[in-house]
Amino acid sequence: MSTIIRVDNLTRRYGERTAVNHVSFEVAAGELFGFLGPNGAGKTTTQRMLTGVLPPSEGTAYVLDHDMARDPLGAKEHLGVVPEVANPYLEMTGWQNLMLAGELYGMKRSARTQRAEELLRELQLWDRRADRAKTYSKGMRQRLMLAMALLHQPDILFLDEPTAGLDVMSRRNIHQTVKNLTRSGVTVFYTTHNVEEANVLCDRVAIISEGRLAAVDTPEALKSHFAESQSVQVAFASPVKPEALSDIPTVAHVEKEGDKLRLFTSQPGRAATEIALFAQRQGLEIVSLNTLGPSLEEVFLSITGRGSHPREEKS
Amino acid sequence: MSAFLRTWAVAKKDMRVYYLKGPVIIFGLLFPGFLFLAFAIGRDLPAESLAPGLIAMALFFTSSAVTPAVLPFETRTRTLERLLAAPLSLGMLLGGDVLAAFLFGLFVSLIPALVSILFITSTPPRLGLLAVTLLLSALTYAILGMLFSSPPTDNPSSVMTISNLVRLPTIFFSGVFVPISHMPAWGKALAAFSPLTYTTEALRAALGQETYFPVSLSLLMLCLFAAGLWAVSMALHRRNMSRRLWM
Ligand SMILES: Nc1ncnc2c1ncn2[C@@H]1O[C@H](COP(=O)(O)OP(=O)(O)OP(=O)(O)O)[C@@H](O)[C@H]1O
Ligand SMILES: [Mg+2]
Repeated sequence: MSTIIRVDNLTRRYGERTAVNHVSFEVAAGELFGFLGPNGAGKTTTQRMLTGVLPPSEGTAYVLDHDMARDPLGAKEHLGVVPEVANPYLEMTGWQNLMLAGELYGMKRSARTQRAEELLRELQLWDRRADRAKTYSKGMRQRLMLAMALLHQPDILFLDEPTAGLDVMSRRNIHQTVKNLTRSGVTVFYTTHNVEEANVLCDRVAIISEGRLAAVDTPEALKSHFAESQSVQVAFASPVKPEALSDIPTVAHVEKEGDKLRLFTSQPGRAATEIALFAQRQGLEIVSLNTLGPSLEEVFLSITGRGSHPREEKS
Repeated sequence: MSAFLRTWAVAKKDMRVYYLKGPVIIFGLLFPGFLFLAFAIGRDLPAESLAPGLIAMALFFTSSAVTPAVLPFETRTRTLERLLAAPLSLGMLLGGDVLAAFLFGLFVSLIPALVSILFITSTPPRLGLLAVTLLLSALTYAILGMLFSSPPTDNPSSVMTISNLVRLPTIFFSGVFVPISHMPAWGKALAAFSPLTYTTEALRAALGQETYFPVSLSLLMLCLFAAGLWAVSMALHRRNMSRRLWM
């Protein structure tokens, strides 16, 4: 597949502080690329350089074969951007905001109105199109921003934490729209600090920490680097002390998690068999038994140095 | 053509969002109105000699009222980053703001201009010259307002303060109330550096009154001010624009 974003040693300094430090990566056309990092890692700064809004201090960003520092206009024509903290014009209606967005990208009136209707319906804003954006909730404003970014049918969509602070419905709505987009061939650059979001949504994930790129890979490949933190989770019908299970072969240690027990092991399959045999010997009834890989969150915490002993698990 | 349509889209947005903002109304309409009344009332000046000054003040204050509000508000309401991400050059972006300010100044100033030629002045006006002066002046002051908004701030009132610090003294040495020819030598020297002088002078000529500078010089100077202010304003905004992203 062809490369659509090529970032080479991209660096941005603010005085003494280096917000983005010699970052290099590539995004292939059609990918849903996650850009994951904790607060202050340099995600927004990177997205701003990629969208031609902020000049880099060093290095280059090529988007659609245009150098974003020197010749951004040609690329901007084909980018859709939802910045991290941004608003539609609150004094204008949802419809007027969309028309403005279309005009800024040189769209003809007929194309603008047709696309606007499609998007407003898809993002469940059609009934409110004639109301001023001032009267919209946060989630509605964010969906309007997404519609404004998509009106001109961009080749690449940049999203900076588009679901931060939104409820489940708005979030699903945005996720669904993004998935539909990738199905139709649009490349998506998805910035987030939410690991689970990156895990379920993205083809590949870049992890950035303190301005440096720590890893770029598929979610599963990232997890497989952390094989030692695999585990088996078991729940019995009647209470069992963790110590009772610690003699099971291959189990390193056991932790109590609510009404379940979690057994850390490098061979989860074998451990599961042993647990079943143990239950049979003791006459215990197993309510549930799961083998768990490391979560992307564990990988993330361990890479970004926030957690030395991975233990959290997310379903 | 496409570049103009995008610039026009920016201008339309400004008209919808910023024409009715508080600072624009206060410093663009009410303030110069009261200022003029305060000066004109209680003096025994013939209305005819005040007319060019009235129109010049209207042009000066209304045309430079919109542009200073736009960028600080866009910064504060966080609508700027999307605009910067759109395929617009800096010239198109600032040009759209200037266009909106220009139209605001032009249309509001038409009111005192029409009142003057219909009810006040007795000599037949030179309409062509009047139109050219209105157009050039509105453009120059719209660009001047753009220059005021170049410091990267998200506070419209601090830009308004800067702008009034410059605009207020300017009206006193630009022949608005007292014609240039009646000023002392140092006053005349100072007046030569103010674009407003050339607006007032050209308006006097258009209304059939005596002038100090030749009309062609006044029009040329307005063109030069417009071009110069545009160049400086572009350079400052180019340097400051991305700093607005963290306000
Ligand atoms: N204008 C600025 N001046 C100085 N430092 C800045 C400026 N803007 C950003 N920084 C610093 O650069 C670093 C990266 O900031 P950035 O906003 O890119 O992080 P982020 O990954 O988007 O964080 P978040 O998840 O909180 O949005 C931070 O340490 C921040 O303090
Ligand atoms: Mg950010």
